[in-house]
Amino acid sequence: MINVVFFARIRDQLGIDQIHIPLPDGVNSLLQFTAYLTATHPSFAGIIDQPTVLVAVNQEFAQPQTPVEDGDEIAYFPPVTGG
Amino acid sequence: MTHVRIQVQTGDFDLAQEYQRVREQNPRCGAIVSFTGLVRDFNADGAIQSIFLEHYPAMTEKVLQKLAERAQERWPLGGITILHRVGLLHGSEQIVLVLVAAQHRAEAFAAAEFLMDFLKTEAPFWKREDSAQGQHWVDAKATDQRARERWKP
Repeated sequence: MINVVFFARIRDQLGIDQIHIPLPDGVNSLLQFTAYLTATHPSFAGIIDQPTVLVAVNQEFAQPQTPVEDGDEIAYFPPVTGG
Repeated sequence: MTHVRIQVQTGDFDLAQEYQRVREQNPRCGAIVSFTGLVRDFNADGAIQSIFLEHYPAMTEKVLQKLAERAQERWPLGGITILHRVGLLHGSEQIVLVLVAAQHRAEAFAAAEFLMDFLKTEAPFWKREDSAQGQHWVDAKATDQRARERWKP
């Protein structure tokens, strides 16, 4: 299973803070995973796939080519504004 | 060895107490620089009643630990303290504290600024402002990104 979590404005836009989904066959990278999510959840499209959105895999900043494996936690969030 | 203290908390912090701790731990350091970030009671659109600070609990302290490690790779430092609050905060309340102890002031000033520039652009915190007009998430600032860029090797 993959634990997908959303924060701040992204969570408010989606109206959901997390989902658990099995790792789909043929999905090996973050790019593929995000494409799968927006294809299976059309309301996510235009939100989690925006170029400004930051993504972390297992609490580390990730790139489109970052590998995705079963058991991972994937987080989508807007640019940070702390401090 | 650098004394590193990283904490994310809902409660307030006491600058004098944190300063005293760093001072006692670092008898060889001749400089301690502190930065405190506060809640402003206004923004471009007017008065703000409060802010709400959200974070990604599993990731926040990891990122701050890594920033402390990166600062230590660049400068010889005796102590680093980073405290950041989350939850509901009102005007003039303290948000963040960065304390850096070093042998001389140049390293302490530089490392404190480095830590804040990276905290503002990499640590997963988000501010929501609550005003009479409603709630809205604060947008990231290009000036914060530029402040970080200047540290690139």
